[in-house]
Amino acid sequence: MTNDSHRRYWRANLRYVAMLLAIWFVVSYGAGILFVEQLNQIRIGGFQLGFWFAQQGAIYVFVALIFVYVGLMNRLDRAYEVDEREDGR
Amino acid sequence: MNVQAWTFLMVAVSFAIYIGVAMWSRARSTGEFYVAAARVPPVLNGMATAADWMSAASFISMAGLIAFMGRDGSVYLMGWTGGYVLLALLLAPYLRKFGKYTVPDFVGDRYYSQTARVVAVVCAIFVSFTYVAGQMRGVGIVFSRFLGVGINEGVLIGMAIVFFYAVLGGMKGITYTQVAQYCVLIFAYLVPAIFISLLMTGVAVPQLGFGGTLSDGSGMFLLDRLDGLSEELGFGRYTNGTKATLDVFFITAALMVGTAGLPHVIVRFYTVPKVRAARSSAGWALLFIALLYTTAPAVAAFARTNFLNTVSDAPYETVPTWFTNWESTGLIAFDDKNGDGIIQYRGPASEVPNELTIDRDIMVLANPEIARLPAWVVGLVAAGGLAAALSTAAGLLLVISTSVAHDLLKKAILPSITEHRELLTARVAAGLAVVVAGYFGINPPGFVAEVVALAFGLAAASFFPAIILGIFSKRMNKYGAVSGMVAGITFTAAYIIYFKLLHPELNTAANWWLGISPEGIGTLGMLLNVGVALAVSSYTPAPPVIIQQLVEDIRVPRGAGPGHELTA
Repeated sequence: MTNDSHRRYWRANLRYVAMLLAIWFVVSYGAGILFVEQLNQIRIGGFQLGFWFAQQGAIYVFVALIFVYVGLMNRLDRAYEVDEREDGR
Repeated sequence: MNVQAWTFLMVAVSFAIYIGVAMWSRARSTGEFYVAAARVPPVLNGMATAADWMSAASFISMAGLIAFMGRDGSVYLMGWTGGYVLLALLLAPYLRKFGKYTVPDFVGDRYYSQTARVVAVVCAIFVSFTYVAGQMRGVGIVFSRFLGVGINEGVLIGMAIVFFYAVLGGMKGITYTQVAQYCVLIFAYLVPAIFISLLMTGVAVPQLGFGGTLSDGSGMFLLDRLDGLSEELGFGRYTNGTKATLDVFFITAALMVGTAGLPHVIVRFYTVPKVRAARSSAGWALLFIALLYTTAPAVAAFARTNFLNTVSDAPYETVPTWFTNWESTGLIAFDDKNGDGIIQYRGPASEVPNELTIDRDIMVLANPEIARLPAWVVGLVAAGGLAAALSTAAGLLLVISTSVAHDLLKKAILPSITEHRELLTARVAAGLAVVVAGYFGINPPGFVAEVVALAFGLAAASFFPAIILGIFSKRMNKYGAVSGMVAGITFTAAYIIYFKLLHPELNTAANWWLGISPEGIGTLGMLLNVGVALAVSSYTPAPPVIIQQLVEDIRVPRGAGPGHELTA
């Protein structure tokens, strides 16, 4: 693999990571901590929304984020031909 | 059959399964002992990681903590799950590509420095011992309450079991035993939760029942009832927080980053066959963890409501048997201050003096009895608590033995040692570690709970930045990494030791620096580490070309290798 394609692969990876970590930050530190009082004005069933994010929602999003990253990276690995071959080399 | 007979049966059956699995999968080489020869499928590795991670604290204590803290308990829920996102995106794939066996391996090789390796080994051993002592204590509590043996005998039985499969099985034995333990513990956690959810809200899914209406005919939302009850008794609304926002922010961050820096969690990602598998295995691990972690706050709210309904203003004469059972362990105490024979359970904002003290750790264990669930459910919960404590203890013991045999002996002191001797040393070290852990379980130093904050803080302020910078910055050199780690550790340890051990009387928000509690200071320690590391490395020579090539190499998945050769 050339240095140039290596660099582009790494940049694309960093873009994905930055995007997903931004969501990670917003649902936990944003919705669950910094803006919890404002969101608590909104109710969904028996839950106040901020409280729900802090004790339920953030965790669901965390799980989804990892699987989205797995999917994105598997595609990226194949596109740049750096995925692992079956013989392990 | 009564509760005790069911408990014996559940515990005996689950232990027989663990021992059977351990026999079937025992380790024959150092590769199998340290990282199960890197051949564990990602879903199973996810389950094992989940069992490894969820300790007696998660299983026994967490829902109880949340029940008493209300919304402030969210720091544990988000803090102990969010770290897996960091692991999957920033650490796991690159460490798997790097290969080798341990966190100190990476730190030592990437920073071409024995000093860095030794700093990492010392941290790894300290963090793991802190943890393992707490696990042994958890084992003791479960045994003494449900099996009628003393706490000390309980710890000894637990030691014998862990000794058997950790020393014989190594990582391979532990991984497959942990898969079994995950199944036991999650089943034991969900069954009573589903029962109670059905009982209280008529909804079988606790995560939904949590936000549902009570089935007592009032049509009120459970959380509204709980808010009302709590406020009435002077505890403040359940869904309101009392901690300062900044402190909640810092504690959550310290727990997240600490989780991603804990050596016994990181090492799990060396055990999968591929880089791709390391990523997905972090996802599976979090999915399996989330199953318990989204149930816990629901259990907390159910238990708290039930507890207030059952106990508050009830005549002492008519309390249910679970109350008197736990009274005999000293974990619930009723002091009839006004002599009216009625239990006045009140919070700090109430004018009526409080007459009831209750240990938060008993909420999960007592919950099935409070909700009058069948005896077999109570037995199942005891087996689940033991599974959680034993699986975590085994994972930690493995980190300790690997650190001693591999990082210290093989890599630092006696490089010419044979594979056979190294494996023997690892087993002896695991055996010794079990004995030391058991000793701390029987004679817990008064500060075990206090030093857990230290374990997370140190992991956050040392390993995490060193590894991240080692992957994401090619320019980071050994001077930067070592001075960063030393600065981070010194600052964090000094702050925690000052408030937790030297001057516990000063440990209040008014005295904290910037209002950050010792639990959250690891976040600041981490930032300090990064700052010092970047500053120092920019004034010192760049790392050798071969190290820069190593960093280039771990950034791409191809070439990770099929797994560790026996002589690796």
